[in-house]
Amino acid sequence: MTRWTRPLLLAASLTALPAAASTPAQRGLMVFQQVCAACHGMEHVDYGDMSALGLSPDDIRKWAADQELPDGVDDNGDPKTRHATPSDPMLSPYPNAAVGRLANHGLLPPDLSRLALTLPGGADEIRRILLSYAPPPPGVKLDEGRYYNTALKWKHIGMPPPLQDGMLTYPDGTRATSAQMASDVSAFLNWVAHPHQTERRRIGLYVLVYLALMAFLTFLLQRRVWTSRR
Amino acid sequence: MPSPDRMPDTEPSGWLDRRFPVTGFLRREYVAFPMPRNLNTLWSFGAFLIVTMTFMIASGLFLAINYTPDITQAFASVETIDRQIPSGWFIRSLHMGGVTMLFACLYIHLGRGLWYGSYKAPRELLWLTGLGLMLMIMVTAFAGYVLPWGQMSYWGATVVLNAVHAIPLIGHPLSELLLGGETLGNIALHRLFVLHFTMAFAILGVIALHVAALHVVKSNNPTGIDPTSPAQTLPFHPYYTSRDGFALCLFLMVYAGLVFFLPGLLTLADNYIQANPLITPRDIRPEWYFAPFYAILRAAPSRLGGLILATGSLAVLFALPWLDRSSIRPATRRPLVRLSLPLAFASFILLGVAGMHPPTEAWLIVSRVAMAWWFIHFLLVMPLASEREIPS
Repeated sequence: MTRWTRPLLLAASLTALPAAASTPAQRGLMVFQQVCAACHGMEHVDYGDMSALGLSPDDIRKWAADQELPDGVDDNGDPKTRHATPSDPMLSPYPNAAVGRLANHGLLPPDLSRLALTLPGGADEIRRILLSYAPPPPGVKLDEGRYYNTALKWKHIGMPPPLQDGMLTYPDGTRATSAQMASDVSAFLNWVAHPHQTERRRIGLYVLVYLALMAFLTFLLQRRVWTSRR
Repeated sequence: MPSPDRMPDTEPSGWLDRRFPVTGFLRREYVAFPMPRNLNTLWSFGAFLIVTMTFMIASGLFLAINYTPDITQAFASVETIDRQIPSGWFIRSLHMGGVTMLFACLYIHLGRGLWYGSYKAPRELLWLTGLGLMLMIMVTAFAGYVLPWGQMSYWGATVVLNAVHAIPLIGHPLSELLLGGETLGNIALHRLFVLHFTMAFAILGVIALHVAALHVVKSNNPTGIDPTSPAQTLPFHPYYTSRDGFALCLFLMVYAGLVFFLPGLLTLADNYIQANPLITPRDIRPEWYFAPFYAILRAAPSRLGGLILATGSLAVLFALPWLDRSSIRPATRRPLVRLSLPLAFASFILLGVAGMHPPTEAWLIVSRVAMAWWFIHFLLVMPLASEREIPS
């Protein structure tokens, strides 16, 4: 029995490793938590959904508990808040759109739930925007709260440059350069926008193999039936 | 020898049959039912339609259980189905892929009827119930597309609403009466949900009529000459059950390919942005199955004209059994129709392509030419060919 349990235990401990951020999407989650979440929410995604990315239930609970959510009003009519739970959505840090605009020179940071799907160009475009900040060329005056960015048609964006080299430390030892973080966070946002892509393709393969087998059998049946025709 | 209508009383089903002749019915209509010997693959599309409809109703029930018909919650409830409900993404893809498969089969099924003259006596009612089904499916698909309350849901519905507004005098009151307000709101969404749900079962009823009519007049066949003796027929089972079974597996492989590997083809990305009445999307595109009719709406210089032409493009199909007086059914034996009908098919496809592109000058010209041919074929070529044509 020990002959089998040891490798199994070893394998189990290896599968627990992803909690220490090793795939681009997992590292991207870290970038989202520590950088993007300061201004952006994902209102259709629950904290618990991150378990599909390999985050442990405890980590999810701890992370959610750090977030405050509006919770109606108390007996005096004052707004109350509570700690989030894993089944709560990852709301924007701003209590409403007006506050979000006020805090960002009139522009509301968009929700990121489906951004990699709805933004033309998808995740690659997100990465490109994140890496296309530059000092404005001489002669170009931008309004306050607008930042020069060559990825956009109008060459400016309302989001301040969010990434700086080494602003966070990846537990897996990957060097957190801006380019690395941009790739990671766009991989994460791509996963968020298409959460079941891997599973979808895996099941699809089984379904196709099954149907192909059935097609082969029914083809034989059909041929046999039709050749025995009177 | 037992008659095909009645099982012998010694059989367990004989007991049931004397009280409620269901086994006799099945035996008569689905086992011994005489079919022409020479049907081709195009005759399997009716079976595909029934199977897809079953998928739609089954998946639709699960979606309805989790859907909230309220403009503030509809979008989020669909996101919840897609993200958090176990297998919700699969059920929803099945439903979304089903629409595409349903319309694809519907148009092929209809095209087959046109090509082989399946609308001619004595199959006029079969043809009319089929067209009725198509209209019902169109209404249902339209209502269903509004339900997720995304940008395309809202603005697509607005396009249709504007078309209704173009009806003189009653346009505005009619749309207000139907949708419970000037613009699309909560009442409209709730009504469209009820409409979508109810129509699904109404469609089942009309399918029963369509199939009943088929079993009275029997299937047409590629020669267009009805079999006259039992020797010219084959029993439905096992000949066509086995053939439909094989065809169905291939059909399901295409369906599965769409659902599992190409879900992006099934929807427009803009519909994953919640409906916003203040922001009009840059280009409002219909789903592919409505694109030909959308192209016709846009091809006319006036809104009312567009509405009349789009309605007319369907109305000519209803009138077809009386526009085409020729007794020869298949286009293959009619030199004029053999040329004109493929052009009408091409026109329909071209209209579809045009409907999915922004209305530039070039696409408008394409739409107008294609639309003109559609009407010329049905209103001029078919009646003339009935009189002048020498069958080959």
